Amino acid sequence: MELILFYLAAAISLGTTLMAITRTNAAHALIYFIISLLASAVIFFLVGAPFAAVLEVIVYAGAIMVLFVFVIMMLNLGEAGQRQEQAWLSLSAWIVPAILAAILLAEMVLVLSSSETPIPAQSVTPKQVGESLFGPYILAVEIASMLLLAGLVGAYHLGRRYLEETREDEGE
Amino acid sequence: MLDLVWLVPIFPLAGFLILFTTIGKLPQPIAAAVGAGSVGLAAVVAFSAGYVFLADGMSPLTVTLYTWMNVGDFSPGLSFYVDGLTLIMMFVITGVGFLIHVYSTTNRAVFIDDEHHSRFFAYMNLFVCAMLLLVMGDNLLLLYMGWEGVGLCSYLLIGFWHDDPANGAAARKAFVVTRIGDTAMALGLFLLFLNFRTLEIQPLMAKASGTWVLGSPTLAAFLILGGAVGKSAQLPLQTWLPDAMAGPTPVSALIHAATMVTAGVYLIARTHELFLLAPVAQTAVALVGVITLLMAACTALVQTDIKRILAFSTISQIGYMFLALGVSAWSSGIFHLMTHAFFKALLFLGAGAVIFSLHHEHNILKMGGLRKRLPVAFWSFLIGSAALAAFPFTSGFYSKEPILMQAFEVSPWLWAGGLLGAFITAIYSFRLVFIVFFGEMRTEPIEPTGLSGTPWAMAIPLLILCVLAITGGWWGEPQVAAVFPEVSGEHHAGATAYITSGVPLVGIVLAYLIFLDGRLKVTALTESSLGKVLHDFWFSHWAMDWLYNALFVSPFKWVTAFNKKDILVDSIYDGTAATAAYVHTLLSQTQTGVLRFYAASMALGLVVLVAVVLGLT
Amino acid sequence: MEAVSVPLEHGLVLAALLFSLGLIGVMVRRNLLFILMSLEIMLNSTALAFIMVGARWAKPDGQVMFMLILTVAAAEVAVGLGLLLQLHHRFRSLDTNAASHLRG
Repeated sequence: MELILFYLAAAISLGTTLMAITRTNAAHALIYFIISLLASAVIFFLVGAPFAAVLEVIVYAGAIMVLFVFVIMMLNLGEAGQRQEQAWLSLSAWIVPAILAAILLAEMVLVLSSSETPIPAQSVTPKQVGESLFGPYILAVEIASMLLLAGLVGAYHLGRRYLEETREDEGE
Repeated sequence: MLDLVWLVPIFPLAGFLILFTTIGKLPQPIAAAVGAGSVGLAAVVAFSAGYVFLADGMSPLTVTLYTWMNVGDFSPGLSFYVDGLTLIMMFVITGVGFLIHVYSTTNRAVFIDDEHHSRFFAYMNLFVCAMLLLVMGDNLLLLYMGWEGVGLCSYLLIGFWHDDPANGAAARKAFVVTRIGDTAMALGLFLLFLNFRTLEIQPLMAKASGTWVLGSPTLAAFLILGGAVGKSAQLPLQTWLPDAMAGPTPVSALIHAATMVTAGVYLIARTHELFLLAPVAQTAVALVGVITLLMAACTALVQTDIKRILAFSTISQIGYMFLALGVSAWSSGIFHLMTHAFFKALLFLGAGAVIFSLHHEHNILKMGGLRKRLPVAFWSFLIGSAALAAFPFTSGFYSKEPILMQAFEVSPWLWAGGLLGAFITAIYSFRLVFIVFFGEMRTEPIEPTGLSGTPWAMAIPLLILCVLAITGGWWGEPQVAAVFPEVSGEHHAGATAYITSGVPLVGIVLAYLIFLDGRLKVTALTESSLGKVLHDFWFSHWAMDWLYNALFVSPFKWVTAFNKKDILVDSIYDGTAATAAYVHTLLSQTQTGVLRFYAASMALGLVVLVAVVLGLT
Repeated sequence: MEAVSVPLEHGLVLAALLFSLGLIGVMVRRNLLFILMSLEIMLNSTALAFIMVGARWAKPDGQVMFMLILTVAAAEVAVGLGLLLQLHHRFRSLDTNAASHLRG
């Protein structure tokens, strides 16, 4: 039963991801991608990582993707943008990337093609994760905090210039 | 007293420093006084030292001023070694040098302004100092320093009138050609040091005699011979000396006749232990001497430039000294060095007086009949030529005869070659006298002439040198027997001795018949085609200059012209730069600026990388 | 809810498939917005692989790595979207080919 749930979630994840990379409408693509992330969250839950599953839903699908939504709203691409995307997504543009990705995939599957190792039916609780994070991984957490700070400053800097210049444009 | 022998080179050095630092500031008489005075003081000390040396029983002495440098077990000192050989060289350098300096104080000799005067005496003093270091140094390093020092002064003085590019070229030629020999000599010194870990001459020679067997020092001896032939203008490096006559005449007298060019003879005499152990090298010395003396004598026979005749005669006479060294007649070689310094300095100074009187005329064919007008120069020349030709009872006779006799002991062929050379020497030296001083006057000398036309400063050195040129040999060979091993065999007065003594007289008579009396016509000989070819051949000194130009100078010039723009070296660097630029243009093609292309490249790289890892595992 | 015994290889192959799809998206798309989205797909697929391997040994390390990837993704999206806004402002387009001034 749970195994079927895993394959179902996997199929949904693959299908929605495929849809996400082929859409011409950015908002549609984003929705497909969010569904894919939710399917991933299901898989996380199934393999015994409930904390990761929760974070996937709240932070990834919830917070990060909302940023994309904001940007799509600001740009307001519309019908013209969709036609442009249609023109760019010609069949010939797919050939080389598809071949390269297929080779890479084949190589990765070749690496993974050993006997089937079952994942033990055992959950890793948020408490364990927390102890690990603030125990041996404390340095990594500090670095991650600095990375986020850098991202914050960078995003503010780039965004501010954009806003100022836009304001000047409007003022003219 | 003998401890103060280090003062001898100090005086000329002080003179050099005073003159050099005040160039153009000292008035001419004071500069002349400093220049001649410093050498005079050196001469006084040298002769006093010689007197003490003889009185003390002639025991060699080493005077160390201080240690020059101290590297490991190598510590050459600034120290002087005094023995009979050194003292004779010192007498010649300071004595003859002083006379030439006095001669040079007259305006007529150097005929230059104040600045030139200071510069001239500064260089001359520096030369005397360097030459004294050369002969007095107790180690080969100090000797080498003096050796290079005299080379430098020679260069500076040959090119003294540097306004004329030809003089600069002559100076450069002398410098470069002698440098070839100096390189060989430096290699020889390295070799000796490598073997014995010392450069002090006396311990070195003792060790060499003690440890080296017959034949082992051949290479070292040949390298030292290379240095000697360069400095002493012997075959095959003799081509620089005739051109060196571009310098002022007193320079020719001092450096290129009396002292510097005999440095090679001194060097071989000083290291005679090596040559005794290397019979091949010693035979080479003798052969070099004989061939050089014959070639130079033939050349002197047909030259027309008075100074060039004397230059070739110098080469020829040094050839006799080399012959002497080659047949182990060490004392005779040094003896001839001394007498040659007297009569050749006399000839050069006399020639200087003639040249000045005739408005810088060098061509003897435009001279003539000067006997009455320039009596001092005439008598100088007559006595000098007599000594040069080994006329009996002159100094040259006493020194040349034992050389030839000893050569006869070793090989009659060497004796025959030397004798032929002596015959030709007699002809060309009296050809010079007869053409210049007899016959009809072709160029009028400037006034005043006669005895009053010669200043005292010029006449007295000439007079002293005349006396020395005649009597220099009357007291027999100098007291250097203690330095050299005994000469084997004894000089027997037989037919050989009479022939040896008589041949120069025949030459003089022949010269008289041809060039003065006119009774013997040689026009048939000189006008013949063979005679003309021979004349041209000898006139160009056996085409040596032409040969060297063709063999060395021209190919070198061609290479330099070919490589004028440094193509050989630059092509490497230009090629590197061009390759880098080409690779750059190739690689810059990959910088498309298209983000998707970069992504695809990274994916391709990933694919390849994973494939490689897969292949490896 | 009790966890199930999912085969590890299947989970990793899923991650590889998602990664390949993301890679195709990065290479095919010219719109910077879609490229950023594809990058998120690739990041998520690696996160999935970490979770899978962490679960295999029942250790929290996989989830720790997931959280680090999450922070990287957050920072990357923040800066990436800022750049996207600048691109749109400068060129009035999201075409990455327009910003090819780096051509050598």
